[in-house]
Amino acid sequence: MSLPLLETVHLSKSFGGVQALYDVSFTLKEGELLGVIGPNGSGKTTLVNLITRFVKPTSGEVLYRGNPIHHLSPHKIVRLGIARTFQMVRPFYQLPAFKNMIIPLYSPRAKGLVGGRYGDRNAMALDLLEEVGFERDSFVAYKPAGALPQGYLKRLELAKAIALQPDLVILDELFSGLSLAEVASIVPIIEKMRIQGKTIIMIEHRLRELFRIADRVIVMNYGSKIADGPPDTIMEDEAVKSAYLGSETDSGD
Amino acid sequence: MKRRKERIDRGIKARSQDIFALSSWREMLYLAGPRLLPVLICLLLPLILGVYWQKVLMSVAVFAILAISWDILAQSGMISLGQALFFGTGAYCSGIMNHYWGLSPLLTLPIAAICGGLISTLLLLPVLRLRGVYFSMVTLIIPLMLVRVIEATKVFGGTEGLSGMDPLPSTAFEVYLIVILLLAVLFGFRRLMDSDYGLVLKGISDNDRSVINAGINIYWFKAQALFIAASIAAFAGAFMTHVYMFVGMPVFALDYSILPIAAAVVGGPGTLAGSVVGAFILVPLSEVLRGIGGLRIVFYGVFLVVCIVALPEGIFHYIQRKYHQIERWVEVEK
Repeated sequence: MSLPLLETVHLSKSFGGVQALYDVSFTLKEGELLGVIGPNGSGKTTLVNLITRFVKPTSGEVLYRGNPIHHLSPHKIVRLGIARTFQMVRPFYQLPAFKNMIIPLYSPRAKGLVGGRYGDRNAMALDLLEEVGFERDSFVAYKPAGALPQGYLKRLELAKAIALQPDLVILDELFSGLSLAEVASIVPIIEKMRIQGKTIIMIEHRLRELFRIADRVIVMNYGSKIADGPPDTIMEDEAVKSAYLGSETDSGD
Repeated sequence: MKRRKERIDRGIKARSQDIFALSSWREMLYLAGPRLLPVLICLLLPLILGVYWQKVLMSVAVFAILAISWDILAQSGMISLGQALFFGTGAYCSGIMNHYWGLSPLLTLPIAAICGGLISTLLLLPVLRLRGVYFSMVTLIIPLMLVRVIEATKVFGGTEGLSGMDPLPSTAFEVYLIVILLLAVLFGFRRLMDSDYGLVLKGISDNDRSVINAGINIYWFKAQALFIAASIAAFAGAFMTHVYMFVGMPVFALDYSILPIAAAVVGGPGTLAGSVVGAFILVPLSEVLRGIGGLRIVFYGVFLVVCIVALPEGIFHYIQRKYHQIERWVEVEK
């Protein structure tokens, strides 16, 4: 079990002249919950896009269970067991919420499941949605996705990721735009995923909630990793403080 | 006093969406009526019409099939401006098989549908990754390019085309073949697009990233949709080859690309049924207008503009709404 689940080696990405990510290396152990924080534009989402290969790295490597995956196409990476959620949720607004689950359940990843490609997808969709807090009694899963509040749309996004039976889940700003109560109701779902042995990366701006559940936190600024460690040490880190609060001598540039 | 229009589903609609629809004739008719009506019209029309209008009906069916093919592609996120490519490859496939190898039309039709579909898909495979207008531009260019290739290399009869194909057994056979195929394509593919498979295709057009994110290879699905759409259009082309007993460069003409789009847009895109409604209006209209000579295109154009301005959603959506909903004006407070 010494082999890390995910490892990035000197990962860099530039868009034209803009260096979005510069020489980022980190490792992720199986079962870990890694938080990634940083100011806007610091390259957090780019990092996710590079791991899931929605964007091609300029240089560097991504290793999953020791094998390079940065040359694979995005759908192949999902099939390896890496699922992500998007920061911007864009469901089928006119369709009922549970119908939105059909596409992930149609995935080759879910093929072997009872509710997968050859099974009763609608029932499976309702079960998965109940798992993320669509109360079955209230029939909320039957409402058109366009009529649901943001909290439910984020849960729907989470359920879509869970449907893929992933080993590694990447949650891109799952808590953004949610109220404290909504966040509090989603945290138990994430903790349940941890108990099931899933490895999780959380990109987050809501530091208070993140620091409570994360094992380890990476801090990004200007496309570089400026700190890496357990939440307690990160909170005391000088470089992190200056990145968030700003200072005369800006670090990490 | 401000007023606004309120739309309410008819009670019968809510009831007949359930299994209980089987409990009354009225509800069963409400559901089956709109589906049986086109079937009856299509099957009875050839009996009433004279020879000339039977030919028009064939033309309607061919354009309706091309429009359905366009609509399937459009729903999968591929806006094609080159239905003539599918139509033309199908036409040439059956022409070649009949002219050079003497295969019977009953064999060439299905083989041409599959071969035409395959060839068109292979031609467009490299551009499947292009999105939006870039894909459209390539589909527009390829049929025009193929015309020049045939002209320059003089293959398959060059500018003269291939003539002397075997005709189909009889005119009645021709009409019923294409009409029944139209009905099969219409109902079959409406069902397909409503299935979960169709949902994945629509997902690709709506938000391709979320479909990729489900581990689904969208290019494989797009290629499948392309093959389906190209095959049915190729069948229409092969059919016309045997009706005219001739195949030549005109099968790649722009008409076969543009008119189906007009039919789908006027009829109501995204439903497949709208494409058929559009073709049933536009093709006969063009025949009727033939009488007034030079101004024909002007009237035709005016009709298209009026349709699109007055009913931007399409005729089919409009009829569907009237059928399912009651509209009334209600007074708004203040």
